[in-house]
Amino acid sequence: MSAAPDHTPTFAALSLSDRLEKAAPFLLVPVLVVLGFFAIGTTSSWLTLTVSGLAMGMMIFIMASGLTLVFGLMDVINFGHGAFISVGAYVGISVLLALSGWTGAPSLVLNILAVLLAVFAAIAVTGALGWGFERVIVRPVYGAHLKQILVTVGGLIVIEQLIQMVWGPEEIFLTRPEMLKGAVTFAGAAVEKYRLLAVVIGLILFVAMRMVLLRTKIGLIVRAGVANGEMVEALGYRLRIVFIGVFIAGSALAGLGGVMWGLYQEVITAGMGEEMMILVFIVVIIGGLGSVEGAFIGALLVGLLQNYLAFLEPKLALISNIALMAAILMWRPQGMLPVVKAK
Amino acid sequence: MLVKLLSGDKPNSVVLTIILLIILVCLALAPFLFPGVRSLETAARICIFIVLVASYDLLLGYTGIVSFAHTMFFGLGAYGVALASDHLGRGFGPLLLGTTLGALAAGVLAVLIGLFSLRVRAIFFAMITLAVASAVAVLVSQFSTITGGEDGLNYSIPRALTPAFRLGEIAGVKINGKILNYYLIFFCSGALFLLLLRIVNSPFGRVLEAIRENEFRAEAIGYKVVWYRTAATCLSAAVAALAGSLFAIWLRYVGPDTTLSFEIMLDILLMVVIGGMGTMYGAVIGATIFVLAQNYLQNLMGVAEEATANLPLLPHFLDPDRWLMWLGVLFILSVYFFPTGIVGRLRAGRQG
Repeated sequence: MSAAPDHTPTFAALSLSDRLEKAAPFLLVPVLVVLGFFAIGTTSSWLTLTVSGLAMGMMIFIMASGLTLVFGLMDVINFGHGAFISVGAYVGISVLLALSGWTGAPSLVLNILAVLLAVFAAIAVTGALGWGFERVIVRPVYGAHLKQILVTVGGLIVIEQLIQMVWGPEEIFLTRPEMLKGAVTFAGAAVEKYRLLAVVIGLILFVAMRMVLLRTKIGLIVRAGVANGEMVEALGYRLRIVFIGVFIAGSALAGLGGVMWGLYQEVITAGMGEEMMILVFIVVIIGGLGSVEGAFIGALLVGLLQNYLAFLEPKLALISNIALMAAILMWRPQGMLPVVKAK
Repeated sequence: MLVKLLSGDKPNSVVLTIILLIILVCLALAPFLFPGVRSLETAARICIFIVLVASYDLLLGYTGIVSFAHTMFFGLGAYGVALASDHLGRGFGPLLLGTTLGALAAGVLAVLIGLFSLRVRAIFFAMITLAVASAVAVLVSQFSTITGGEDGLNYSIPRALTPAFRLGEIAGVKINGKILNYYLIFFCSGALFLLLLRIVNSPFGRVLEAIRENEFRAEAIGYKVVWYRTAATCLSAAVAALAGSLFAIWLRYVGPDTTLSFEIMLDILLMVVIGGMGTMYGAVIGATIFVLAQNYLQNLMGVAEEATANLPLLPHFLDPDRWLMWLGVLFILSVYFFPTGIVGRLRAGRQG
């Protein structure tokens, strides 16, 4: 009998720098918040800015999550995503304007009912639109990035024009429901109620999305599909159907984000989807294509940085997003938490 | 001689040759064939957009990468001329200086963006260029002390290029500086177009096509894909900037809406795809059709709208403001059904 080989396996813990490297993306947001606190100085304005940054980040995340999943799952890049944001906003805001009796009344129940109705209408319409978009525009061009980009841009143009046809080219102004107006004062800082609500909704959605992705079977299939689609199909799952589901859900989320953004800005234009789409792309890129967590962190970073800089150095805020993207890509060329291997 | 001028890339189709010749003759004799301010304006636009679209085709059709920053480079060239003329006064020197600086700036910026995004994957490029271009557009409209903001800049160009400069009369047409200016645009555009034709038919252009067809194989043969893609981006950006400079010389005005807006980017995309990707002649056809449609289709749609005013719903679709929608539909259909565009169809028809 020969002796056992002469090495002893060791289980060394990761060194501090390795662990830091792994955790770094998750630490960025807290670090930015702390840095912001020192740069701004006064607690009350810091609190106001942080809440509005978080609110903005949450709304961008809601719009971006669908796009990043669609990309991760089917390698489809949808430049028409912005159109869903606009359509969602227009449908939702139209419902709110039609229910002006309810939104104007100082009753919490009626206000919430009106907002919920608006949100459901927006989700239903953008979800249906997403389904049609997938069938008509995206399906014939699987696997060809160049054509996907071109065709989805074409879809964006057509939908934007249709919006102008239905609602007219002028921007639509609106006022928030009575109970969402105004601010609450907390520790000397005035925090708009609506922003708090946006943060709460965003958090709920993020947690819910993580629960679905991590705890349910459908989430398992989606995650497995992102990691290795061919294998999942070989195991007998029809990834196409899952993909259509994700596409519809992503479109509906974009619509929801559109309504929330419309209520936040209190004005909507047909071009808003295009503008938001640029932010969404930045978020998706710095988060790492295909990663929901990455998009969440990216969205919060974008929102916070923009709000802090707008306070500290307004001119700089104009390029804060691009600078952030450049910095992150220099640090991690694939984005912070890439899921899809570079193809 | 002629074949050499075209770098051996002949139109390869009788119909296409005839159409191209008609376009060439019409553009060359535009001041005499179609007198009038508006038609001269249209002809100059066509010349400039042919170059702009051809330079975009170098990226999209030949290299296979989608950029949304082409208007940014176009705008850099235009603002280069505008700023130089604004600060240094009227004269050919500032025009030349502005043109050179604009093209240089565009090239450098293109290399930077390319190194950032093409390193990882080509699809990043589309998104990053979109983001950068929008940031630049915002910056230009915000820093109004330098760029004139939303209002843009008005400046004077050498007197020899303005309508006030009169030369006499040929064939019943008064020759003035505007017509000289037109011929400046025409010949510069022609030269740039031939240069692009030269580039895509050079060994360099062949490598670009190889990368478009099969990136891995090109890399395996030993071509540095990133390097070639970045070089193509840089060249295309520089030519776009030159087109922008021509545009600025022609208009004597620059503003964010005329040079930097996303709408122009969409126009360029439409022109490339409708004309035909991967062939320089596609740019000629696409730009001509599009600019003509832009200027005259709206009138036609207005007529159609009135004619159908009594029908339900239809007038809304025929509203002149909706012409972009129809082009969008045409765009989607052409990507699906004839991705090689009009030129590809004409060439295929000859073979089939």
